[in-house]
Amino acid sequence: MIVERKELSLAERLYLPAVVNGFSVTWRHFKRTVFEGRNAAKETSDGYYPEVPWKVERGYRGAPYLVRDQEGSTKCVSCQLCEFVCPPKAIRITPPGPDGPPADRDNAEKMPKEFEINMLRCIFCGLCQEVCPEEAIFLQKDYSLTGLSRAEMIYNKEKLLSLGGTHAGTQKWRHKLDEARAQEAFPIENRPAAH
Amino acid sequence: MANPPSFPPVPAAPSAETLSIKVDGRSIAVPKMMPDWQGRLQPTTMLQACQAAGVEVPHYCYHSKLPVAGNCRMCLVEFGTPMMGPDRKPVVEADGTPKIARSVLPYEPGTPRGAIACATPISPGMEIYPSSPATKQMREAVLESLLINHPLDCPICDQAGECKLQEYSVEHGQSSSQFVEPKVHKPKAVDLGPRIMLDDERCILCTRCIRFTKDLVGDDKLGIVNRGSYNTIAAFPGTRFDNNYTLNTVDLCPVGALTSKDFRFQMRVWFLKETSSVCTSCATGCNITLWSREGRIHRYTPRDNDAVNASWMCDQGRLNYRWIGREDRLREVVSQRPGGRTWNGALKAVATSLAAAKPGSVALVASARQTTEELFLLSQLAARLNAVTDSVPRQGEADGLLVNADRNPNMTGARITGIAGETPGARLKEIASGIANGTIRTLIVFGEDVTRVGIGAELLGKLETLVVSDILPNATTKMAHVLLPGCAHAEKRGTFINAKGRVQRFLKAVEPPGNARPEAEFLEELLALHAGAEAGHIRAFSMESLFNRMARELPGLSGIEWAKLGDGGAPAAV
Amino acid sequence: MDWSFLLFSVVKIFVVFSVVMTMVAYAVLVERKVSAFIQDRVGPNRTTPFFAKFIPVLGPLLTRWGIFQPMADALKAILKEDYTPGHVRKIYFWLAPAIAMVPALLTLAVIPFGSQLGAQKMVIADLDVGILYTFGIVSLGVYGIVLAGYAANSKYPFLGGLRSSAQMISYEISMGLSVIPIFLMVGSLNLSDVISHQSGNLFHWHIFQQPIAFFIFLIAAFAETNRLPFDLPEAETELVGGYHTEYSSMKFALFFLGEYAAMISVSAMMVTLFLGGWTLPFFGLDQPATSLGMGLLHILIFLAKLCCFLVLIIWVRWMLPRFRYDQLMDLGWRRFIPVALANIVVTAAVLLFAKS
Repeated sequence: MIVERKELSLAERLYLPAVVNGFSVTWRHFKRTVFEGRNAAKETSDGYYPEVPWKVERGYRGAPYLVRDQEGSTKCVSCQLCEFVCPPKAIRITPPGPDGPPADRDNAEKMPKEFEINMLRCIFCGLCQEVCPEEAIFLQKDYSLTGLSRAEMIYNKEKLLSLGGTHAGTQKWRHKLDEARAQEAFPIENRPAAH
Repeated sequence: MANPPSFPPVPAAPSAETLSIKVDGRSIAVPKMMPDWQGRLQPTTMLQACQAAGVEVPHYCYHSKLPVAGNCRMCLVEFGTPMMGPDRKPVVEADGTPKIARSVLPYEPGTPRGAIACATPISPGMEIYPSSPATKQMREAVLESLLINHPLDCPICDQAGECKLQEYSVEHGQSSSQFVEPKVHKPKAVDLGPRIMLDDERCILCTRCIRFTKDLVGDDKLGIVNRGSYNTIAAFPGTRFDNNYTLNTVDLCPVGALTSKDFRFQMRVWFLKETSSVCTSCATGCNITLWSREGRIHRYTPRDNDAVNASWMCDQGRLNYRWIGREDRLREVVSQRPGGRTWNGALKAVATSLAAAKPGSVALVASARQTTEELFLLSQLAARLNAVTDSVPRQGEADGLLVNADRNPNMTGARITGIAGETPGARLKEIASGIANGTIRTLIVFGEDVTRVGIGAELLGKLETLVVSDILPNATTKMAHVLLPGCAHAEKRGTFINAKGRVQRFLKAVEPPGNARPEAEFLEELLALHAGAEAGHIRAFSMESLFNRMARELPGLSGIEWAKLGDGGAPAAV
Repeated sequence: MDWSFLLFSVVKIFVVFSVVMTMVAYAVLVERKVSAFIQDRVGPNRTTPFFAKFIPVLGPLLTRWGIFQPMADALKAILKEDYTPGHVRKIYFWLAPAIAMVPALLTLAVIPFGSQLGAQKMVIADLDVGILYTFGIVSLGVYGIVLAGYAANSKYPFLGGLRSSAQMISYEISMGLSVIPIFLMVGSLNLSDVISHQSGNLFHWHIFQQPIAFFIFLIAAFAETNRLPFDLPEAETELVGGYHTEYSSMKFALFFLGEYAAMISVSAMMVTLFLGGWTLPFFGLDQPATSLGMGLLHILIFLAKLCCFLVLIIWVRWMLPRFRYDQLMDLGWRRFIPVALANIVVTAAVLLFAKS
């Protein structure tokens, strides 16, 4: 798409009206804050931040955490798409491998052995949530992540899951399993066979 | 029809006679006959013609090295042939060009009738329309049909990222399905054999695996059982799919039905870096692709080379990579000589003691697993010291397919550099007795455990100097006075010369562990130090110039250059 | 050498230096407060040492307005790890912050910041070529930034350094040309003479006599101090931090202080050249002081005028967006230099006619 650049008028080219305008806008705000005692913190909240926690609005992109389904199982299947898409490479997944732990729910076959998010690298862009085919990772409402060391800021699977809570969505693997059980011809085994 | 006489079959050259056809309206002359899966000349198919024209025709069951089955229907294309008049003469348009009769259903002349490109030979004047709307519709319909019972479990499927079903669905498919009934569920995670896992739901029944194991390996273990929607790939009851080539079916499988137990859930393929390399497990020297991520090798897969391994490799070679990442790899220089445990110090110490050694009092055992360049440098060192040299033979059984009886990847290289004689290992006894009677005071060992071949620990204890370079610790490395940690083939560049005398180059995929260095690099430094050069004034190492110098000096390699080796290698006159 | 001259000079230098450094520290606070107010925030308001609230009367005030913020900032700058990246050219890397800071302070040497206290003229060095000295020193300021950009040996600082050298050299020309009419009128390069030339009447101030010159000088001053709308050398949104990207701790703080010191020195220049320096055209405040009180009042007048300019510069930063680089160059070379030249010619012509 090509946007035509508008020809500037003399006033615009002189820049001075813009300066005057700028002064009036900034003065208006300055006046409001200094002389009328109004400011953003007062008008949107009951006080200032550390004493009064900030109210998180819907759609806020806070720290990404892993979620469990309504039965308490790990939703992540270690497809590593979030690791791939993560722009600052904050996510690091260790896949289970052939000998790793099987998924903690029937029929899903796979879950990550380790899932780490380096919260120091994370830019809270939400691409991981967007790309996740399993609805297993969500940007939640935590906005104040602190730690005393770098290592502490790398959240592991256990921590991410405990912080993430439950997300009751479609249970597609359970659905598949139920469907398969209903079909008598091929009774399916719950777990991958031993190697 | 088990095995063709030579494996892999050498494809015949396409016939010189050409046919003129049109692909998407573009005229092109293609050979009339082209090699089939056994390398024999057969009439050129539409698919081969399209490939020659640079037009990709999607296909699942077709594979250039397998018999044509024509069951996936993915390669359906619309086509036309010159129209014939009642007088058996071509009908001509007003402008003089031949009139083309598009292929249509016999009783429904408005409906195009496609043909499977993989099994339909071309005829003179034929026109193929791989991009026509009718062809596109056929592809959409075929994909929709293939996906009816597909579980769409890409997030847990190992094939995701290299799955033809994914690729073609994106490229040629449609996003919706008209199928609303529950999908037919089939067995998942079936233990097909010791190295293969089967997921029947994902299977699209292309039968590539069946044809491969039946027609190429001659181990007829797989088949399709049940009928209709319940069609299922299975091993014959009571048998396991277990031969030395089973993992090729994982490569062949266009979807994620057959997966390797070794690679299962290891790493998503889109993270892996591909490096061209050569298998080191026998003298065949199968061309491989080495898949690595962040310094860790995750798998080997065969790389096409009709002169060596076609598209295959054996399971044994394929799974022989774990040792590269072993924890106990030799990482640090060990030296009991003055100069310290640094590369400079150790090499200097070795050079000094070699310079002091009497000519003839030095012996050298170099493994035929070292690269040709390393063996060449060692042979130069041996010539200077007038040393006795030899390699250690490793004999096994040939299987008539890809596995060679010689399990060393580079015995040919050891022979032409003169490290090994006509019968490798013959001079080992001479070396052992030399050490025993004290004429040999210095032993240089590269990549072998000599205690296993008759030069035991008590003999090694008699030596004045024992210089060892190796990758993994063994009884010999423990006795070494100077131990120089070397690199696996994945960590350096170099060439192997296979049993047929083909010089094949492999490239570096991962970094060596710790302070290990490529042997060729430090050998060149050692040679320079031995010749009296000052450390720090030695020319920087260059693999290209080393190889080219070697090719000039070794008679069999004349005319070969590193830059011209390419991925396929070059035959040497040996 | 006259010992009393030396003694008084040292005292003046010491006093001026400490006053300027304090002003720099509080200019930072003002900057943060002004920006906060313009953006509907409250700004720093809670940095207080534990004892502050026990101070009678003043206590509650001290704890509210972030009065101690500059001290906390300084403490932070000093205590942070002074990191020198491995890939930098060390000598230049260490030299650059000092070079950025020093010229800004040196300029102040020739500024008359008051008339006189007793017999002492309130200027550190009453040079006859004051303005030449100033421009000579100001043009050294670019070295600090260019060196920092070069020494850091990474791309953003490098781009920042390049931009800065082009920008500062360009605007130095228009700055220099813009003040020539002043000296045509005054007939001397001594800044004390410039001030006395502006005494008598409010309209003797050069801002009224040479508005075009003032205008060009003001804008060039923004460019010379790398302040918005001309902060291209550091441009956070484009260049991370520009020339000081690789700096931390006290070295970074030196750049920071240098920037504010430069703001003070150009403000002092403007006050001297265009706003009558320490004079006010009423109550005889435009004549050199005869009493100690008058002398102090003159200094306060000077500081008040100076602070007006500081607030203006700070305010503009939160008001205008950054210029694009080509616009900046266009403005400097194709607008200001011709206008400044024309201004010189016109002034000279007017002076010639007025004489004859």
